[in-house]
Amino acid sequence: MSEYNIPTTEQEFEANFAQIKPLMNKTEAYYESSRCLFCYDAPCVQACPTHIDIPLFIRQINTDNIVGAARTIYDSNYFGNACGKVCPTEVLCEGACVYNHQDVKPIEIGRLQNYATSQAIADDIKFYTPAKANGKKAAIIGSGPAGIACACELRKAGVHVDIYEAKSNPTGLTVNGIAPYKITNQEVLQELAYLQTQFGFNIIYNSPIMSKDDVDKLEKNYDAIFIGVGNGATSSLGIPGEDKANVHGAVEIIEHLRRDSYKVAFGKKVIVLGGGNTAMDAASESARMGCPDVTLAYRRSKEEMGAYHFEYALAKDVGVKGLFNAAPLEIIGNEKVTAVKFIRTKTENGKVVNIPGSEFVLECDMVIMATGQKGHDYLFDNIANLDVNGTKVKANNYQTSNPKYFVGGDCLNGGAEVVNAAYDGKHAGKAILSFLDIR
Amino acid sequence: MPDLSVNFAGIKSPNPFWLASAPPTNSGYQIMKAFDKGWGGAVWKTLGVPVVNVSSRYGSVNYRDTRMMGFNNIELITDRPLADNLREIEEVKKYFPNNAVIASLMVETREQWHQIVKDVENAGADGIELNFGCPHGMCERGMGSAVGQDPKILELIVSWVMEVAKIPVIVKLTPNISHIEDPALAAKAGGGNAVSLINTIQSIVGLDIDTFNAYPNVDGNSTNGGYCGPAVKPIALNMVKNVAKIPNFNLPISGIGGVENWRDAVEFVLLGAGTVQVCTAVMHYGFGIIREIVSGFEQYMVDKGFNTVDEMIGRALPNVKTWENLNLKYKIVADIDEAKCIGCQLCYIACEDGAHQAIGLADDLANRKPHIIEENCVGCNLCSLVCPVENCITMVRKDSGKEHLTWKERTVNDDIPVTFNDQRGGGVGHYIPEPKEAIAYRLK
Ligand SMILES: Cc1cc2nc3c(=O)[nH]c(=O)nc-3n(C[C@H](O)[C@H](O)[C@H](O)COP(=O)(O)OP(=O)(O)OC[C@H]3O[C@@H](n4cnc5c(N)ncnc54)[C@H](O)[C@@H]3O)c2cc1C
Ligand SMILES: Cc1cc2nc3c(=O)[nH]c(=O)nc-3n(C[C@H](O)[C@H](O)[C@H](O)COP(=O)(O)O)c2cc1C
Ligand code: SF4
Repeated sequence: MSEYNIPTTEQEFEANFAQIKPLMNKTEAYYESSRCLFCYDAPCVQACPTHIDIPLFIRQINTDNIVGAARTIYDSNYFGNACGKVCPTEVLCEGACVYNHQDVKPIEIGRLQNYATSQAIADDIKFYTPAKANGKKAAIIGSGPAGIACACELRKAGVHVDIYEAKSNPTGLTVNGIAPYKITNQEVLQELAYLQTQFGFNIIYNSPIMSKDDVDKLEKNYDAIFIGVGNGATSSLGIPGEDKANVHGAVEIIEHLRRDSYKVAFGKKVIVLGGGNTAMDAASESARMGCPDVTLAYRRSKEEMGAYHFEYALAKDVGVKGLFNAAPLEIIGNEKVTAVKFIRTKTENGKVVNIPGSEFVLECDMVIMATGQKGHDYLFDNIANLDVNGTKVKANNYQTSNPKYFVGGDCLNGGAEVVNAAYDGKHAGKAILSFLDIR
Repeated sequence: MPDLSVNFAGIKSPNPFWLASAPPTNSGYQIMKAFDKGWGGAVWKTLGVPVVNVSSRYGSVNYRDTRMMGFNNIELITDRPLADNLREIEEVKKYFPNNAVIASLMVETREQWHQIVKDVENAGADGIELNFGCPHGMCERGMGSAVGQDPKILELIVSWVMEVAKIPVIVKLTPNISHIEDPALAAKAGGGNAVSLINTIQSIVGLDIDTFNAYPNVDGNSTNGGYCGPAVKPIALNMVKNVAKIPNFNLPISGIGGVENWRDAVEFVLLGAGTVQVCTAVMHYGFGIIREIVSGFEQYMVDKGFNTVDEMIGRALPNVKTWENLNLKYKIVADIDEAKCIGCQLCYIACEDGAHQAIGLADDLANRKPHIIEENCVGCNLCSLVCPVENCITMVRKDSGKEHLTWKERTVNDDIPVTFNDQRGGGVGHYIPEPKEAIAYRLK
């Protein structure tokens, strides 16, 4: 039995994808903030990739200085609102809370952070005004959290910023990739608008930077360029049958879901291939789209999954079944997928080996491949002297081997979280400012 | 950005937030660290006659999960050598010339006072605070609160100090007295330049009921200590208000007692304090709390359009009056927002057992949401105070807002109730259930 019915309206979709970290009310925020111990040299601050002064903003919430709390957050992290909802806080700030050592529930830092910033956004409290234009211009490729954070930092110092975005919407995977039960499109776009009115950067949509010609133009017109293109499309598994109908890349189907919500059709029997967080999300989302039978198939053992345990728990909670030590050999079907052929595996000396003769076939009507993403070679190849390692652009303090280019976010770290991209973007912005000799 | 800097009786400070004379100001090391974190000034741990301290020294009142809601100590003045302290005062001033360093002093004889005043002036202190407050130990030796409780002696000692002092002198008052105005006026009469209050309140924070000893325990015995921390703030605020309201008092006031966050600081200033001092909160959380205090205080100034701290001082004073000047025509009643109510029924039982039987329950027991019986409600606030939900119970104004009549005016008009059965009495006509109804369920 499926836990969810197939949503047929926006309301039903929202119900199936109810927010797992809903906005706190004032009473809840007061109680929760009262519990904070105000630790010295607090471990939560160290655990936050952007090092927000967490005890301070929690105390500010507690004393009803919500504006001050929001400022404390934004001073460290331009995506303070989104991060409060989408950060894997269990392994970051909340995982570091000293209450964990006492078997007391850690402070709900993420939700408090979201509470303060939501209020600042709703009240349109402006914290920043760009410095007077200093004549310098920067181009940013990609409007993901890395690109936007970099834009904010540069605008603050008076640099003119144009962001070139391949797609028709901003914020990259924040709006196109993250599971809808973590954050709504509306919330993401509100924070973006809030930043854009304060900092005044331009986003030029539907403008992928791809060719040598595109790159030349940027170099001619801008003093510095930030690469924030994230990761690319889902990479191929290299097995027969991947081209059959109803075989999707995880990133692609999730983007489709985020744009078209309940209108996206999922199968009745879905197999998700992969063991990372994206696989967990794709499986959870399939179940919440009303699919009664979702199997998460991973080549290695459960313990070897890259996904956070709480992400797997979330998937299991909505009825996803785990199938471990099973490697896909072939996707079967005529035009449309009807089954996947697997082989049993075991791990020997850290390597996955197939167990001969253990092949089996699992029926399905939809396959989602969450098996990694490609890079952006088509672009990187066109930038002179750019050192690239796989999908990652190499850099030293965010500056690439081509001194005019800076990089941050998923295409620097290989794929992490919004909070890492936000940190990178801001600090790459600082590196660009010193490259341009501004302050 | 608003200007936080203050000039307190001639002592300049980058902000009005000072460390109170206590363990956080025990050494130059601590004070430099505090200034580095953003504190505007520090009152040095009281210097004076040689003392010996006991172990242990502190006790605490924990209120449910909140630790150190109240705090007490049986510590004396500094036990570090005077020469070390003087040398460190000099050093702190060298590194932090713009921060305020105030030397707190407590000695006995006129000669001793003259000498120590000169010593701290030579060391470069910006001001002096006279500790007439310590309510334990020192008072047994005729100092501290023993002085503060006797306005005549207080005035005399202040005058000794003023004979030699070239820097501003703040007189720190003890709250262990019925009329705080008396020592405040004595401080002024003696020539003091400012007052600070409150020092700690005589207290016993609790007992170890297994050993029959009070806290803190010193080898099976204890003594009364000095109480401070968040618990004492209401008492401190009232005393600051009382001093600020003395006609033509005109001396600056440094507010002390239970300040932990920006709101507390704002409250002291609005009731007349020109600077605020903090001890317990720093002993609990360290100097770092200053960043919360400054941020919130500044935001408040922005929101309210204050440019300087001076504009804020005493702004609430005109509204705090004697009881006889309150408007008797003002009438509010409680209103429960049913949509917000979570059904704890605390308001019901608080009003039913503890106040005026003005809240009813539904006949249908499944409906846990209480309702106000408006004609019984006297507008006391109790239900709204016990309600755990933000803005669920609000007090709604019912009078026209146009009428104004005080007890004082009624007295002048000869319109006050004079006998117990006078129909002009307040409770006359108020609904009260028959006594028997209390045990009606038994009588059935
Ligand atoms: C399925 C999934 C779930 C996730 N869930 C979470 C989560 O719950 N919490 C969390 O913190 N993180 C999550 N992440 C990770 C997070 O979304 C990323 O780490 C973050 O968005 C990276 O930001 P970025 O700016 O580096 O790249 P992206 O967000 O990928 O943004 C890159 C932008 O560049 C644009 N672009 C790409 N190529 C070009 C080009 N050639 N020219 C112009 N523009 C281009 C893209 O269209 C995009 O807008 C998830 C990721 C995925 C895939
Ligand atoms: C441990 C301790 C020691 C103190 N020592 C002194 C002192 O030496 N001189 C003095 O004037 N006040 C002393 N005080 C009183 C504080 O300066 C302050 O007046 C009081 O604690 C109230 O402020 P608070 O509520 O912020 O703690 C002491 C307080 C404590 C807790
Ligand atoms: S606080 Fe410091 S001095 Fe006091 S008992 Fe603990 S360790 Fe000892």
